[in-house]
Formats: sequence, structure tokens, C-alpha cells
Amino acid sequence: MLRRVPPSLRRGLLSSASTHYGGAQILNSSHSPSKSLLPQWRRRASVASTSAPPPPRPPSPPRGPSRSGGGGPTVSSLNPAEVAKFAAIAETWWDASGPFKPLHLMNPTRLSFIRSTLCRHFRRDPYSSKPLEGLKVIDVGCGGGILSEPLARMGATVTAIDAVEKNIKIASIHAASDPTTASIEYCCTTAEALVKEKRLFDAVISLEVIEHVANPLEFCESLSALTVPNGATVVSTINRSMRAYATAIVAAEYILRWLPRGTHEWSKLVTPEELSLMLQKASISVEEMAGFVYNPLSGEWSLSEDTGVNYIAFGIKKNETPSTDSIKARLS
Amino acid sequence: MLSRRRCFTAAANRIRPLARAFCDAPAPRADAAPGGAPGSQDRTQEVGGVKAAPDVLDVAIVGGGMVGLAVACALSNMPLTKHLRVAIIDSNPALKSRNHLTKNSIPDSRVSTVTPATISFFKDIGAWEHVQQQRHAFFGKMQVWDYTGLGYTRYNARDVGKEYLGCVVENKVLCNSLLLRFQEELDDIESVIYPTRLVSLTFPSISKQAGMKPTSSEPLSAGHATEELHRSNLVKLDLSDGRTLYSKLVIGADGSKSNVRQIAGIKTTGWNYPQSAIICTVEHVVENDCAWQRFLPSGPIALLPIGNNFSNIVWTMSPEESLRHKSMSPEEFVKSVNHALDFGYGPHPRSSALDHYMEKFFSGIGNTAASTKECFEVPPKATGVVSERMAFPLSLMHSHDYVSKRLALVGDAAHTVHPLAGQGVNLGFGDAAALAKVIAEGVSVGSDVGDLTLLQRYEKDRKAANVAMTAVLDGFQKMYSVDFGPLNVVRAAAFHGAQYISPLKRNIISYAMGDTKWPIFS
Ligand SMILES: Cc1cc2nc3c(=O)[nH]c(=O)nc-3n(C[C@H](O)[C@H](O)[C@H](O)COP(=O)(O)OP(=O)(O)OC[C@H]3O[C@@H](n4cnc5c(N)ncnc54)[C@H](O)[C@@H]3O)c2cc1C
Repeated sequence: MLRRVPPSLRRGLLSSASTHYGGAQILNSSHSPSKSLLPQWRRRASVASTSAPPPPRPPSPPRGPSRSGGGGPTVSSLNPAEVAKFAAIAETWWDASGPFKPLHLMNPTRLSFIRSTLCRHFRRDPYSSKPLEGLKVIDVGCGGGILSEPLARMGATVTAIDAVEKNIKIASIHAASDPTTASIEYCCTTAEALVKEKRLFDAVISLEVIEHVANPLEFCESLSALTVPNGATVVSTINRSMRAYATAIVAAEYILRWLPRGTHEWSKLVTPEELSLMLQKASISVEEMAGFVYNPLSGEWSLSEDTGVNYIAFGIKKNETPSTDSIKARLS
Repeated sequence: MLSRRRCFTAAANRIRPLARAFCDAPAPRADAAPGGAPGSQDRTQEVGGVKAAPDVLDVAIVGGGMVGLAVACALSNMPLTKHLRVAIIDSNPALKSRNHLTKNSIPDSRVSTVTPATISFFKDIGAWEHVQQQRHAFFGKMQVWDYTGLGYTRYNARDVGKEYLGCVVENKVLCNSLLLRFQEELDDIESVIYPTRLVSLTFPSISKQAGMKPTSSEPLSAGHATEELHRSNLVKLDLSDGRTLYSKLVIGADGSKSNVRQIAGIKTTGWNYPQSAIICTVEHVVENDCAWQRFLPSGPIALLPIGNNFSNIVWTMSPEESLRHKSMSPEEFVKSVNHALDFGYGPHPRSSALDHYMEKFFSGIGNTAASTKECFEVPPKATGVVSERMAFPLSLMHSHDYVSKRLALVGDAAHTVHPLAGQGVNLGFGDAAALAKVIAEGVSVGSDVGDLTLLQRYEKDRKAANVAMTAVLDGFQKMYSVDFGPLNVVRAAAFHGAQYISPLKRNIISYAMGDTKWPIFS
């Protein structure tokens, strides 16, 4: 029945089907997201459900997202409480004046940094409308897809993952409405799971995620493991400075109410030095870093040298012994 | 419902290759079907017995006037936007022209004074060389005075270190130059220009999109899911020839009575001036090299050089007077034009007590502009009216919003101003340049070209400039439509001020030339 649907949409339909048909346990857990959102959490939930009488289940649609590491539950760097916070507001991702307004406002600025660094690194024509054509790019922590879609429009072959299933659903439905973005491969999974699958990408991008993970160093290592030798890794986050506290937490969460309260936790924030060191340990050398500054008068963000609050880093994966996989990936 | 579903399924079989074709090539499009044109029975259209999918575009420009063509031309000229699938929808037969217009004919009465800012925009997009090969008239001098005889001012391009103050070009030459340039950039211009009119627009509705969410327990049919889903997000345009288009972005360039603006429900503020403008072409014995403007009790009259021994007249007056001037004999009309530009309604300005006072007052300032000492001149006499006389009611209109989701308004669709400073279409060209730039910026960062956040950057950029100019011109208009002694003196003093204080005068010229962003008296 679903054979004619393009892959991305099929995934969207499948993941929605899992909500509807995947059993009472899962249906419930989508209302209390903390239980359902990571593959391993889902797995635990379904393990729990086997001990109870199995809920009635319609026969046809297969359940759940197809991609998850084989074997037993993987240890993810994502923290379940964090995941729950985002699921509650996922539906509003695409509302440019909704809670993700700052991301929508900041998005063109983030993309122009990514565009220029990737064009330079991969020697692409910056005046091309599709400069990333032929590059395999992964968006780790894609949310509703506000970064993935522009990357696809720039020509990249995009894989986008998020641990929150609701986000993946929203993202794939949104992307399916435009033939250019319908080719994005959305998966509800984690970077760690893809590492296990030995997936490799020319560019690995993870924006505003590292401040929410349980173990940032392990996270950097996963990003690195997904990057081909000589490939690019781009990470953005919020600095742990007094100014960041004042602007990103107090102003954005409490005064402007841009972000739901509790979105950021002070102790989890990473400084540019810490990020560089962690990436370095994960064999990525940071080549460029830029700050984002917000002009409240114009309501616009711009790139600057000031990494005091929001910043973004571009690094290159060190050339280890190139694996055959990565060579294949680069040739395809 | 049943037949509908069948139609979706059928379409779904082709959706992949089609979608690809849309991405790579200019929208596939068959020529207008002969008699028995297909009804706009949405989704599929019958052309020559073969079902063709409606065209899917990135940018649909409604209105191929000067401003609409300028947007199309600018988009086709920039590396980041030249790949966009653009369509121009306008039934105006002028869009069929593929050659330069002859310079020997009598100039058309509809002309524009293009500013250096507009000229550099035309140069950027490669259209100016076509203007140069057709009729156009640069002028380096401008004289403005009023009927009370108390004040006059002469502007000279030398004051601002420029070669010219502006250039008068027939509207049809501007359109034609843009069209020719656009044609150079395209393999097949015929496939981009739709010689028809817009009948209706349907914007994507939230509920329609909500229907796409697979939240209902009934799984979506495959056909429904693809084609319908792709279009649910686009604006649907129904054309008068029965065709249907879908586009990511619609640009309303359809003039002051903009259909697009009305359908989108965008409100406007404005009022009609109790005035009309009469326009025509007149002939002189000698060539005119100066733009002349005199404020009369009923409104301004302008005499603009248009090349050879021709000039263009834009004369503002009451609607009754305009009807009378339209129907009077050509000889009588020429007489009243010459009268209005000479001793009619009041004396020539001359050295007066006020002049003396002004000279004293400003003598300390120094650094006066070169033309300070230039004497008042009388414009060359018209010897005959050589075109039809047209009368237009004047109005001021400003759109509350220039953009909404998947929509942008440009040119007269967004704002009309009093034509007295010849700024109308220059503001429109400013819109076209700004919108094309914002679209290119959007493409560079992978935005959807119809994205509201993106389009709002265009609105922010242009609204400030347009509102300022609208207010300045409206203020001018108000100031001159009152015939009241003390005010006349103030007005004359303002003229004298402009004549004597060079920095101020430079500002006025710069602003009128489109160089300065913020007006005059700042
Ligand atoms: C008397 C007068 C004198 C002027 N003098 C000057 C001057 O000296 N200098 C100056 O700069 N400006 C002047 N202007 C203003 C200038 O003419 C306008 O600003 C300019 O024409 C606006 O261009 P536009 O492309 O926005 O709209 P228009 O030129 O009005 O073009 C609109 C186009 O849209 C098309 N259209 C409309 N509805 C539809 C539809 N439903 N479907 C498809 N197509 C449609 C029409 O066919 C037309 O081609 C003057 C205006 C007037 C009235």
C-alpha cells in the first residue's frame, strides 16, 4: 500500500503508524514523552509491555523507525529528562514566531557560516545555488528540520536525526511538501546508533545540541566517528559566560519568553576552549570559530568575532588511515 | 470523491520524474490550447489531448509593467537566482516586443524621470545599454519656482559633482529594455511570459496543511500523499485562459489597483488628491535641456526634456480643469501651457526685499553652490502638442504590509505617490532591486523563497524609504495646494533657503536622485 510513497514520506507515515498501531504502551508514552523518546527507552518500554498482556495490535504496518543499533540497548549520550523537555514543544518548531523564533531568526546566519566554511573546505563555487551538491551531510539533532531543509536546498544529500520521535515526524511531514526537501532521510535515532552502523558523512553538523547531552566528550567522539577523514564537523552552542547567562538564559527564557524556562542549564554549557579541546581529543581540529550577535534594534543576528554568548565552530577530521567505506562515500 | 482519488493515483505514478523535471528545467509548458480551452478543473489540464500537470514555479510575477519586469530581469541576472523558475503573467501586448523601438517616432506621453540610483540598477542588471540604444534624454539642470514670484531655485548637477541629475525615458522604452535584457538571459522567453491575466489566487491554508498530517486513523493514499502534498504548500494561481499555476512565491507587480493585494486582503491607507494630472508631449523650436517645474495654485506643472525638440508635460490641476484642458483645441492648450510656464498666475521671481534679506542672512555660511548666482530663466515655448492628452486622477496609497507568507508586493501595488517629483517608478525599481537581493540572500542560505521571515527583510528595507518619500511628496503637495498669503512667504523662504544654503540644497538633490536614504531636513 505504501509502495509508491517516496522514502522520506514513507518513513514519516511509518513513524506515525507506530504511534497509532505500535501498542498502547507506546501510544501512552507519546503523551508522557520521557518514556518513549530514545530507541533504548522505547525498547525498554516494549520489554515492559511483553511482561504485561500484549495489547491488541492491527496486523499490517511495521513498527517504529527502522534504524537503531543492533544488539542490546546502547548507552546514549542523550539525557532522558532533556529529551522530554523538547518533545513538549516540538510541534511549534515551524512556527517562525513561536517558541523557536530565535532559531528561525538565527538560522540564516548559522547557514551562511556553514555555507562559507563548507564551500571553502570542499572547494565549491560560492555563487552556485547548490554548492553542496553531491556532499553527504548529517544534521545531528535536527529538531523540526529547520537546518536540514536549507541544506537540502543547497544541494546536499541530507540525513537528519533526532532522538525525539515527534520531531522526526514533524520534520518529515514538513519536508515532504517540497520535492527538493522530500529527499531528506529523517531517522529517529542517535549519533551513537549510527556510529554502530558505521555510517559516514562528508560533513557532520550538530547545532545547539551539545549543551543538552549528558556527556559532551563522548558526543564529540560520536560526531567525529561519523565524519570521513578530511571531512567537516560543525558544532554550535552557547558559551558558559556571565553574559551568556544573562542573555541566553535570563533574557531568552525568562524575560523575552523566547524559550521555555529550563531549556538551558548553566552547568552544562561549554566554553569555546572546552569545545575545541574536546573536538581535538576526538581528532577534529577546529579551523574556524565565530560568534553570533543579536541586534535588538534590527532584530537580526550577525556573525562576529565575539564568541561570548552563541558561537559556532568548524573543524576538519584528521586524516587517519582512510577506510574503504569513506572512500566509497566520497566517490558516490 | 472517487474520481478524485483515481486522479491522484494516476498522477502519483508520474510524480517522481515530473518532480525532477521541475527541478532541472524551466517549467514544462504547452502553448495555450486552441478553442475549447480546458476549464480550470484543477490539478490536470488537457492540452492537445494529453494530460499535462500544471506548471510549478518558484516565482510567479503578476504584472509585467516596469517594476515586474525589473524583478524578473534582476532574478535572471544573479548567479544565485538565475536557476529559479520564474513566470510573468500579463496580457499586455507590449510584452511581445522583441526589438528596439525606433527613435524617430513621436515620444509617448507616458514617461519617467529615472534617477542615477535607478540607472545604476539598470546597469547592474545589464538593461541600461538597451535604454541607450533607444530614446532617452539626460538633463543636468532643473529649475523649480512658484507662481507667487517670491522664490525660485535652480539645481545643477555640478552642485553634487555629477554629470546629470536624471534622465527622462518613455515608460515603453524602460519596459522594452528590461524585456530585451530578460530575453538575452533566457533560452525561451515565450515559456516564461504568460500572455493572460490573473483571475484568482489561493494561498496555502493552515487547515489544508493540517489535513496533510497523518494524524487521522485512515492512512493516506499514496497519490494523495505526494502531488497533493507538494502543492498544499504552494500558492495556486488561476489564469483567465483556464490554466493553473502553482508557485512558492507570488510577486504582486500589478499596479495601483493590484488584484493580488486585494485577494491577499492587505489593507491600504490612502486618499485621492482632489486633483488630476494631464500628460502629453509637446514640441519646441529648440532642444530643451532642463527639467522645469512650476508650482501653480492648482498644483505643479512640469516640462521634462525627452530628446530632439520634444518635451513631456505633467500638469496637475482639478479634475474639472483637466477635462477642460483635455477637450480644448490644441492651439488653446499650447497657449495655456506657455502661459502656465511663464507669467500665468503670477510674476516671475526677481530680486526682492526678501531676496536681499536672504542673501544677508546666509552670506555668513559661505561655500555656496555654484548655481546660487544662476539667474531665473523662462522655459522654452511649446509650439505644438504632438500627442494625445491623457488625464489621470491622482492618489496617494500605501499598503499596510508589503509581504505575507508566499507574497510580496512591489511598485505601485505597494505604494503610489504624487507624480510631482517623478519618483513613482524609481521607488518601484528600488523595490525590485531590494526584493531580488533578498531572494538571492535566501537562496544562498537555502531558504524557501516564499518564507515570511525572509520576505520581511525586504519589507523592512523598503518601507522606511517609501514612507519617507511618500510623506515628503505629500507634504510638498499640501504645502502648494493652499493659497494663503503668510504660507506663500514661508514657502518662498523655503525656496530661497534651498537656493542659498548649499548643503541643504545638496541634500535635496541627493535625495531626489535616490542617493540618500533619509530625507532632506535631517
Ligand atoms: C500621470 C502620471 C504620471 C506619472 N509620472 C511619473 C514620472 O514622471 N516618473 C515616475 O517615476 N513615475 C511616474 N508615474 C508613476 C509610474 O507610472 C508608476 O509608478 C509605474 O508605472 C508603476 O509601475 P508598476 O510596474 O508598479 O505598475 P504598472 O506600470 O501599473 O504595471 C502594472 C502591470 O500589471 C498588469 N496587470 C494588472 N492587473 C493584472 C492581472 N490581474 N493579471 C495580469 N496582469 C495584470 C498590467 O497590465 C500592467 O502591465 C506617473 C504616474 C501617473 C499616473
